[in-house]
Amino acid sequence: MSAGPPPAARVPAAPPADADGWHRLHPLTPLLRGGRFGLVLVVVLGQQGLRAESALLGLGVIAVAVPLVAAFAYVTWRAMRYRLTDTELQVDSGVLTKRQRRVPLARLQSVDVVRPLFARILGLAELRLEVAGGGQTEAPLSYLSEADALALRMRLLELSAGRRGAAVPAGGPTAAAPPELLLVAVPPGPLLWSNLLGAPVWTTGFLLVAVVVTAAVDPRAFGVVAFTVLPVAFGVVTTVVRRVLTEYGFRVSESVDGLKIRHGLLETRSATIPAGRVQVVRVREPLLWRPFGWVRVEVDVAGYAAGGGEEQMSTSALLPVAPKELAVALVARVLSGSLPQPAVPPPPRARLRSPLWFRRLRVGLDDRHVVTTFGFVTTTMDVVPLAKVQSLRLRQGPLQRRLRLASVHCDTAGRRLPGAIAWHRDSDEARRLLAELTARARAARSR
Amino acid sequence: MAHPHPPGQPTPVEPAEDAWLRPDPALLRLRRTVTLVLVGALVLTATAVAAALSDPTTALAVLAVGLGLLGMLLLAVERRTRAWGYYEREDDLLVRRGVLVRRLSVVPYGRMQYVDVVAGPLARRYGLATVTLHTAAAATDAYVPGLRADEATRLRDRLAALGEARQAGL
Repeated sequence: MSAGPPPAARVPAAPPADADGWHRLHPLTPLLRGGRFGLVLVVVLGQQGLRAESALLGLGVIAVAVPLVAAFAYVTWRAMRYRLTDTELQVDSGVLTKRQRRVPLARLQSVDVVRPLFARILGLAELRLEVAGGGQTEAPLSYLSEADALALRMRLLELSAGRRGAAVPAGGPTAAAPPELLLVAVPPGPLLWSNLLGAPVWTTGFLLVAVVVTAAVDPRAFGVVAFTVLPVAFGVVTTVVRRVLTEYGFRVSESVDGLKIRHGLLETRSATIPAGRVQVVRVREPLLWRPFGWVRVEVDVAGYAAGGGEEQMSTSALLPVAPKELAVALVARVLSGSLPQPAVPPPPRARLRSPLWFRRLRVGLDDRHVVTTFGFVTTTMDVVPLAKVQSLRLRQGPLQRRLRLASVHCDTAGRRLPGAIAWHRDSDEARRLLAELTARARAARSR
Repeated sequence: MAHPHPPGQPTPVEPAEDAWLRPDPALLRLRRTVTLVLVGALVLTATAVAAALSDPTTALAVLAVGLGLLGMLLLAVERRTRAWGYYEREDDLLVRRGVLVRRLSVVPYGRMQYVDVVAGPLARRYGLATVTLHTAAAATDAYVPGLRADEATRLRDRLAALGEARQAGL
């Protein structure tokens, strides 16, 4: 159980509440909310009014608009209230469309007090909550007085830590860096070649075709074509250069905190993937890399890295390029276990629905992971740990229904990669797969 | 395990057809009224414009087409509303919806982050609300419209309690 805060840091008294314990936001909130908009409005209309002869009209519009905005802000403020119970934070809002949001405290990951410029001037602050795994902040309470915001934050952290049974993080610098074991280092040669064997090749091919066609059809239009083509080529070159610079010297090491990734030529960046935070792993095998046996591994990790101070991964790559066996071994290590083989194909009639992908559509699962593959030019394999599955969905479009097919989606908390999708299965098989995944995901969660 | 789902083994996910809980009938009334008013106004306007700009035959044709469209839309609204259903299982909530694109969502209670109860002005007049479940996944789309206010509150409280009891970390 968590220890209470020391007496010196006792939480100040909560702000006044009504009979049921509901609190309002600070009364100056409408001024802040409407004020910014009103200011913009005044400036814009002022400009218009001054330019046209009807300065009076401009002033008249302002005189009408500002009170309207203020009234709207006031009404919105009055409609908003919050209450903190033992188990959740409740926020009611909305005038026309009323919304009641309940945030269970056990889900609360972090609470931030933010002071935007204008709010700071008035002595107000905004409370932003980060719910476990959510990338964006939810249920912001704006604006409260600074003291109220800090007090509410302390109470939220206390209560949520109590519900979770974990100690409130004290914050502060971590100890000296733990020892690391280097797993993979990507040499510059393959990095450069792999980047060239992608967009540049396709773009060059396309450009060549365009040039040849232009020369054959109408040589005079050559200049025009070159003019349009050059920015595209330039864009591709810059992308490649940027990527190579960012991923130069890519090294993956294993440490106590999790996987550490370092990369960058001009500017070395590092990121930590905490063990057990990986939501989805994607292994991509572009067509042009196949002769070399290279693949690219990407991960999606929920939440920020443990031990603060390190930025979120600037590239989602776990391995920008590597031989397939090495990549699979690394993935198995990241997910602590071997992966099931994606062996089961869809029924033959799925070819009607998805002719290009049909040959590569596969799914496989065991007790701990689900693996799906798809793609035509680039073969993509998605791996989702069953313990990370958020929701499962069965989806059947009209053409799928005609063909008695359905797709099964495994949703994760990943932001960039959606999760694993088993496309175009037989609809009975899809239902059974859904049931199987539900059961195994539940079992994996409780392990 | 080689084959992930040997034939004839696991039970299907969905309950019997009559076990699904549905939105209140008032939702259908609400949607029908809205469709009638909005589309009806459009059709009448179009007819009036056609009558003003050209001969009565064209206007009649426009009216006929408009009424046909209105009928189809009303039918679609009815089918879509009837297709909505939810079912509380022991460990998760099932939500199904859609006619053209049929969807079935399974959301484990332990994965629910928060529950929204939202009611627009029209819905409030009919005493209805929409309950939306949110997980850490952006793709989760489990929501049920047209629940009576007390049922919405009951569902929300029950989901919150179950979510609390079975909450799983990331």
